[in-house]
Amino acid sequence: MGKTLAEKIWAEHIVRAADGEPDLLYIDLHLIHEVTSPQAFDGLRLAGRTVRRPELTIATEDHNVPTLNIDKPIADPVSKLQVDTLRANCAEFGVRIHSLGDKDQGVVHVVGPQLGLTQPGMTIVCGDSHTSTHGAFGALAFGIGTSEVEHVLATQTLPLARPKTMAINVEGSLKTGVTSKDIILAIIAKIGTGGGQGYVIEYRGSAIRALSMESRMTVCNMSIEAGARAGLIAPDQTTFDYILGKPHAPEDFDAAVKYWSTLYTDSDAQFDVEVNLNADDLEPFVTWGTNPGQGASLSSNVPNPADIADPEARGAAERALVYMGLEAGTPLKKIAIDTVFLGSCTNGRIEDLRAAAEVVKGKKIASTLRMLVVPGSARVRLEAEAEGLDKVFIDAGAEWRNAGCSMCLGMNPDQLAVGERSASTSNRNFEGRQGKGGRTHLVSPLVAAATALRGTLSSPADL
Amino acid sequence: MEKFIKHTGTAVPLRRSNVDTDQIIPAVYLKRVTRSGFEDGLFSAWRNDPEFVLNRAEYKAGTILVAGVDFGTGSSREHAVWALQNYGFKAVISSRFADIFRGNSLKGGLLTVIIEQNDVEALWAAIEANPATSVSVDLETRTVSYNNVVLPFAIDDYTRWRLMEGLDDIGLTVKNADSIDSFEKSRTTLKPATLPIRG
Repeated sequence: MGKTLAEKIWAEHIVRAADGEPDLLYIDLHLIHEVTSPQAFDGLRLAGRTVRRPELTIATEDHNVPTLNIDKPIADPVSKLQVDTLRANCAEFGVRIHSLGDKDQGVVHVVGPQLGLTQPGMTIVCGDSHTSTHGAFGALAFGIGTSEVEHVLATQTLPLARPKTMAINVEGSLKTGVTSKDIILAIIAKIGTGGGQGYVIEYRGSAIRALSMESRMTVCNMSIEAGARAGLIAPDQTTFDYILGKPHAPEDFDAAVKYWSTLYTDSDAQFDVEVNLNADDLEPFVTWGTNPGQGASLSSNVPNPADIADPEARGAAERALVYMGLEAGTPLKKIAIDTVFLGSCTNGRIEDLRAAAEVVKGKKIASTLRMLVVPGSARVRLEAEAEGLDKVFIDAGAEWRNAGCSMCLGMNPDQLAVGERSASTSNRNFEGRQGKGGRTHLVSPLVAAATALRGTLSSPADL
Repeated sequence: MEKFIKHTGTAVPLRRSNVDTDQIIPAVYLKRVTRSGFEDGLFSAWRNDPEFVLNRAEYKAGTILVAGVDFGTGSSREHAVWALQNYGFKAVISSRFADIFRGNSLKGGLLTVIIEQNDVEALWAAIEANPATSVSVDLETRTVSYNNVVLPFAIDDYTRWRLMEGLDDIGLTVKNADSIDSFEKSRTTLKPATLPIRG
C-alpha cells in the first residue's frame, strides 16, 4: 500500500524507531521567539548542554513587541526583559536572530517562508501552535511546548507518537469575494475544534490547488483551530515558483525540484479519515462565538442555541452569546464593530494587505471604528510601502503599524477594551484573547476591509 | 522530574467545555522568563467571580481538576501546564484534551487522564455532592477511583514508564546520540541552513 505525504515525510526523518517507544524524529528547522524559549535556554544551561545545530535554528521577536515607536526601548519592563533575554540567549548559543528594527523581523511564520527557509519535505517546529502554517509548502510542521523546544535545541530531534492521517478534499471553485480564510473557517465549523485531534490533515482538491502560496498558508495556519497539530498541502509548481529567488532557496534548484516532486500522497494510499467540502457553495464566513468552530456564513443570523441538538454544544453556544453580547436571530451583517484588525500569521502577508487595500482604496473607514493594519513582517511592511499600500490605508483612516503578532493575542499594548468588539483576520476568538473582556469575530481580509468601511460585519459585495 | 505513581486528593469540578489555553492563562501573563509564579494567572478572567469554583472554600484544597471536553485547546504555551502545577494541581481529568496541551502536560509531570464523558459527569456529581470526596489517580494500575467507583484509563506504556520513573526526555534521547550522528551523516544536502545568512 502506498503512503500519504505526511507518512513519507515522517519516514524520511526517523532517527530511531523501537517497538513500544515513540519514534525519534529529526528536525530540519527550529524557529524560536521570545515567549516560549527563555525557560528552554535556562534548561540547557542548567544541564550544561549546547545548541546542537545552531545553523538549523533561527529566532525573531514577535509576540510581545510593540508596533509603535519601535526605535525606542520597549516601554513595558517585563516585555523588554523577555526580548533582552532572547537576544542574550541567541548571542550565547550562536543562534541567528532578527530583532526589532531588522528587515527580517516579524511574525515567525511569516519570516520563515519569506527567507526561503521553509521548503517542501522538511520537518519544522516552533514553540507556537501556528507552526502548522509552514505545512502549505508540503512540510510537516507543528507547534511544540517549551520542554520540547529545549529538547530540539539540545538534540535536533523530538520523540513523537505517529499521528493518524486525515484528508480534507475541497473540490470546486471559489466565488468572487470568497477566500482561503473562508475555506478554513468553514472546515472548522464542520469538523469542530476537536475534529482534527490526533491527525495530520492533508488539504487536497481542485480548490486547494488553485490557491496561491500565501492563501495556502492561511488554510494550514488554522489546522490547529480544528484540533490538528499539523496540516499540509502537496507541493506543486505554485510552491516551487514561490521559493525560487528567496534568499535561502536551494542553490541546486533543479535537484531540489526533482526531490520535491516526489512529495505527494500515493494514489493507493489510505487516509484514516476523509472529509469533503464543496468550494462552489462557500460564502464569506465569520465567527459569532468564542471558539473558532462557532462560525457561519456572513449572510446568516446569529444561531439560536435552542436549535442545537448536542447539549454540550448548546451550553457552549449559550455561554458564547452571553459573552459576545449577541441575541439569537440577529443578522450577522447587523453586528456593529469597534475595531478592525488586519494582520497576524493567518492574514498578515502582502497578498492579504493588497486584497484589503483594493477594497478601501479611495474610501474612508466608518467614523465609529478604528482599523489597525499590522504587516506580518518588516519585509512585508517595506514591500507594501513600495507599492503605496500604506498611503491607501492611512488615507482611508486606518493606522499603519510595525510588524508583530500585535492584537492577535493582545500580549503587547494593542488590545481590545472590555466589551469592545473586533472584526479580526487572526485565528482565535477565545474569550479575552485580544484583551480582557474583548469580543472577537474572525474574518477574511476582504470582510475586514468591507467591515471597516460600513461599520458592521460586511463583505465587499455589500458596498 | 518528580516520579508520578499515584496521587490521592480532592477534586475541583470545572463544568466547562473547550477551556482553551487563553482561559487557562492569558497571554499577558506569559512574559516571565521563569517556570514558576504562574498560579496568579490561572483562569484569571474567572477568578474575580466569587462563585467561580476555584474561589469556593470547599474546593480550595483540590489537587485534581475535572474539566469538560476539549480541555487545553489553542496555543502551545507550556505556561498553561506550569500555571496548573504552580497552583497545586497534580492531575487533570477530561474526556478529551488538545494534542499539544496533553503532550506538554505529560512532559512536565502533570498527569492528564482521559475518561468517558458520562464518567466525567458522574465524577462531577459525586464531587459536588461531597467536595471532600477522596479521588485517586493511579498510574500503576491506570485507574481513577473514588467512593466505590474504579475507572480504567488508557496511557501508552512508554509515557507511563517515563512518568513513573520521573525520567527526563532529553536525557533519554542523549543516550541515543549515536543514531542522531549517523542520521546526520546520511542527511540530504538539499535542506536549507539558517547560517551563513544569505541576503
